[in-house]
Amino acid sequence: MSLPRINFSLLGLLSFGLISSSMLHANQPLTANEEAVLGKALVFLSFQDPSLRVMVLGVLLMGLNCGLMGGYIVTRRLSMFGDTLSHAVLPGIAVGYSLTQSKNNWALMLGATFSGFAGVWFISFLSRHTKIKTDSAMAIVLSGFYALGICLIAYLQKSDGGGVANLENYLFGSIVGFSQGDLLPIVCSLILVLGTFVLFSKELLATGFDPSFARSIGLPVGLLEFSLSALLTFCIVSSLQIIGVVLVSALLIIPAATAALITIRMDKLLLLSGVLGAVSGFTGCFISFLKNGLPVGPVITLCSASIFLTILWLHPSQGRVCLWARSFKRNQKIRLENTLKACYQVLEELSFLEESFPQSLLGKRRGKSSGEIEREIDALVRHGYATRVLSVGQKQSDLPPETMITLTPSGWELACKMIRNHRLWELYLTQEASYAADHVHDDAEKIEHIIGEKTIRQLERILSNPRLDPHGKLIPSQLDIESGWTREHSSP
Amino acid sequence: MNSKLPLPLEIHDLTVAYQKKPVLYGIDLEIQEGSLVGILGPNGAGKSTLIKAVMGMIRPDDGFIKIFGETNRKGITRVGYVPQRENIDWDFPVTAMDVVLMGRIGHTGWFKRFSKRDRIFAAECLDQMNMLPYADRQIGNLSGGQQQRIFLARALAQQSDLYLMDEPFAGVDAVTEQTIVDLLKQLRNQGKTIVVVHHDLSTATDYFDFLALLNFRLIAYGSSGAVFNHDLLQKTYGGKLTVLSEIGEKKMNLNSPESRLFK
Repeated sequence: MSLPRINFSLLGLLSFGLISSSMLHANQPLTANEEAVLGKALVFLSFQDPSLRVMVLGVLLMGLNCGLMGGYIVTRRLSMFGDTLSHAVLPGIAVGYSLTQSKNNWALMLGATFSGFAGVWFISFLSRHTKIKTDSAMAIVLSGFYALGICLIAYLQKSDGGGVANLENYLFGSIVGFSQGDLLPIVCSLILVLGTFVLFSKELLATGFDPSFARSIGLPVGLLEFSLSALLTFCIVSSLQIIGVVLVSALLIIPAATAALITIRMDKLLLLSGVLGAVSGFTGCFISFLKNGLPVGPVITLCSASIFLTILWLHPSQGRVCLWARSFKRNQKIRLENTLKACYQVLEELSFLEESFPQSLLGKRRGKSSGEIEREIDALVRHGYATRVLSVGQKQSDLPPETMITLTPSGWELACKMIRNHRLWELYLTQEASYAADHVHDDAEKIEHIIGEKTIRQLERILSNPRLDPHGKLIPSQLDIESGWTREHSSP
Repeated sequence: MNSKLPLPLEIHDLTVAYQKKPVLYGIDLEIQEGSLVGILGPNGAGKSTLIKAVMGMIRPDDGFIKIFGETNRKGITRVGYVPQRENIDWDFPVTAMDVVLMGRIGHTGWFKRFSKRDRIFAAECLDQMNMLPYADRQIGNLSGGQQQRIFLARALAQQSDLYLMDEPFAGVDAVTEQTIVDLLKQLRNQGKTIVVVHHDLSTATDYFDFLALLNFRLIAYGSSGAVFNHDLLQKTYGGKLTVLSEIGEKKMNLNSPESRLFK
């Protein structure tokens, strides 16, 4: 159910990207530059160019892969671990390169995998056999391996005469020169990830949620955890070329964290996270293609971060903006109901002899300034709960004209109900919950707005249709609500 | 009872140490089939450690444990385990139903999805703990007592022959406590063996048929009536066997690899 909504926001994002990058000056005639951008967009979206097709496929699959893998990492609180691992592979890439003297994919991959495993082993060694806690161990490995990797790369480039394979691309990622051969590691990793997740979904769920229980039913928890970190290493290594060592963790964590905002089921979370990863990859690739100078890795990261923020703020049930909107609406409703209640009380003070009453009396009752009261009455009128007439009063009098307020039948009904809720609740608290009579008002002030008709019927039954509240005031009955304010009210 | 049948739980001369500090020392315990056993003892007496050792979560330094006549590594699949609730990540994206279904993993086998029968059975287990209306709630959105019931429902779904429960009564309200007690008795009446870590002396004799008094050593094991008396409780709760504990620590250090170097 939540999927279509997200897709809408994604579409929005996509079009936002389009607008911002190509149609910034839509009302002016297109310059040559803009026409070129539009043309590029068309080229990209038509998927005609074969090398472009490979690229797009690459980022899509990489996004899907990282998103899926990230689902497991984030739910197991291994986000930091993913980040560490991605930095730990860098020395391996440098070593793999120096051994083969070429940018042979598999040599680099192998080196990176070894280096990643070394990092993982070092973390578990440090946290198991020394006093150092896991977070510090990860920080040590992350920074240490990363620094080593950068030094190695710098050294290699210098000794090469500076400029053979652009190993620096592994730092920040690049899609330039991405070919079919580069696609293969991504596909392999994705197949492994998908296969593992489909075949071992229930076992992985159990080990993630409650490892000691999983062990107790005979599951090889250690082996499963190890396979997951192996898969994570493959996933990271295969994504490095496009997105780079530094930012691959973003694509692992952000889509999964976004999905975790929305769903409480693991399978949905994985699906969503994978889709979000793929969409981020695609959008990022598109934008970076339109704007030649923009590096693809950071743009993909920004895309997934914008999706995260969009959902954080706008999700219908969890989004911050929607929560604020709801609480704002609720507060408005409460203010409206409180104004109506005050209207009833003013009428009650006038012993229900008058149908209309001056605005000043209401202001006194509510304890608010005339400006505030003005706005509250505006709201009443807008909702059709009251009408307002400027009474000129006795023509000969020199008193300033007074605004007279009259409740409409629907306003009267709601006012009666609020008063009834309030007084019934007060009575219930004193009679059934043995509250002191001077303690019940504040509680009733809140309860009156949220108590439903069903509970009211229940209270009426329990208290056998009472007429008077603990303070001796009349509790409006259904009859009063229906018949309007007639003279009978004055004599209970 | 047929003596040829292997015992559900047999613990022989079990010694467990945490970082060379012995927590359990030379424990012998044989539990007959169909017993409802409470393990009593003060804090730090090694009650949870005993359960964890049986579950293979801690490696014993000495002695052995047999479950239905097999090593505990093999026999563990016949055990339903209800852990203490502290070690759970409550934000994990699982619903109550997902958790109960985990109890069916052992009956489902690798690579397979849960069958409809598994799901129906899990729903029945939830219903038995009065938790069916909460099946689709995320586990962290339940109260402590409700979470405990979910874990019991999961244990039920396992259809184990031996149940080990680590403080199932900790932090639950009276209603949940009664539900758990009823469940324990019902399982016992089905011929299952149940071992429960407990720390409330006032209810011990009502809840359990047998009691094991534990404090570093097994002070006593027997029917509740026979064991629950002033002398034995005094011995259990009156403090550790200090000398044995200290000397035991020295013995553990003797076994450590560092000291082996000097042999």
